[in-house]
Amino acid sequence: MIIIGEKINTSIKSVQSAVEAMDAKAVQDIATKQVEAGADYIDVNCGTFPFKEPELLEWLVNTVQEVVDVPLCIDSPNPKALVFALKANKNGKPLINSITGERERYNSILPLVLEYDTSIIALCMDDDGMPETADDRVKIADRLVESMTKEGVKLEDIYLDPMVRPLGTGSHYGVVAIQTIKKIMEEFPGVHTTCGLSNISFGLPARKLINQAFLISAIGAGLDSAILDPLDKKIMSFVYAAELLHGKDDFCLNYLTAFREGKLEV
Amino acid sequence: MADFRAIADALKAGNAPKVKELVEAAVEEGVEPSKIVNEALIVGMGEIGVLFKNNEVYVPEVLIAARAMHAGLDVVKPLMADQDVATAGKVVLGTVKGDLHDIGKNLVGMMLEGAGFEVIDLGIDVPPHKFVEAVKKDKPHIVGMSALLTTTMPAMKQTIEAIEAAGLRDEVKIMVGGAPVTQNFSDEIGADGYAPDAASAADLAKELVG
Repeated sequence: MIIIGEKINTSIKSVQSAVEAMDAKAVQDIATKQVEAGADYIDVNCGTFPFKEPELLEWLVNTVQEVVDVPLCIDSPNPKALVFALKANKNGKPLINSITGERERYNSILPLVLEYDTSIIALCMDDDGMPETADDRVKIADRLVESMTKEGVKLEDIYLDPMVRPLGTGSHYGVVAIQTIKKIMEEFPGVHTTCGLSNISFGLPARKLINQAFLISAIGAGLDSAILDPLDKKIMSFVYAAELLHGKDDFCLNYLTAFREGKLEV
Repeated sequence: MADFRAIADALKAGNAPKVKELVEAAVEEGVEPSKIVNEALIVGMGEIGVLFKNNEVYVPEVLIAARAMHAGLDVVKPLMADQDVATAGKVVLGTVKGDLHDIGKNLVGMMLEGAGFEVIDLGIDVPPHKFVEAVKKDKPHIVGMSALLTTTMPAMKQTIEAIEAAGLRDEVKIMVGGAPVTQNFSDEIGADGYAPDAASAADLAKELVG
């Protein structure tokens, strides 16, 4: 499971103030802790500062890579901010979050993927909005995969996001997300699927419970990456258990290692 | 004697068939349709709004209550068509250009309808000129804009500027909302009001037309 640590995001209040004050120590602390907890990528997002996003995103990249070696997930729809961040990047191959099938967004982000040789998260939506059914999402995934690979993006650098919608606004949206993941993994062998966990539970109480159950179902459907809070010990424990259950942990070694390292919370 | 309380309670429970049945019975008894709307349907929806604001009911329960409200409205609306229907006011509503989020906007729409407003929903990804056209054509009292992304918040400002440029700014009140939107931002761009949630949006709308 490829874990994208979501905590360095200025929509979180404490991070907002840390970034505003350019408190490197505070930001680095969150980065280090996430890597220690098992993050494979560190997501950086300062979208709540629309007027100085490029400068701050660049600062975040520099600040984070001073203390961790894992690659960064550069999270912005703003091409200018992405360029600032990609130029500053010194860690491994970064992951851009994200491109969509919307013409304008696609045309502005794809050149950056190619120029800076990055991996890319692609959302299953286009100019017609968020599709209602799994089949319509897979159609968009198909177009995205085809056009990006034609331009030279490798399959293993593509992370398709099924676009999870809240169960509270339609109780079929869980099934839609799970089916989309399953179909994508069957039809495009070699690509990754990823998604955030919290959208599924929007508008409902006891959200963590839904997020956890969703993660387990999604891993069962083939989800091989997730954008989550690795410092949440419970959700990470479910990652280990679910991967084990779904035949993705030979000889149970990851599970046992996590147990010995005290990472499992019952 | 029509039981307005029972209608409001059935609405709050999201029981559309029951609301329909009770409203039909009330009509049968000769109760004024507008009275049914104001003293039963709007009351029930208002109460759901308060419960929602206090986290006592959740999004799906608001949706099902709104469906029950519409089951009641569908019975009385045709009867009211000839009369001059007194609404609380008219609101043009939309999610701004570049933004495809519809949940919050839809909840606000339901709460406004529940508060007696006539709502014209322009949908999502609405460019400034569409808002301007709607103000010209529908002559609303209020324009409500939603944005869920920091990247689309500037479109609220552009929309207000477009309404100003069309010379229509004095014709309407403008209210804004959405997760990243704040009172400060609302003041900055020259909106008339900001509401942090759907139930407050209905209260704000009442204030703005009051």
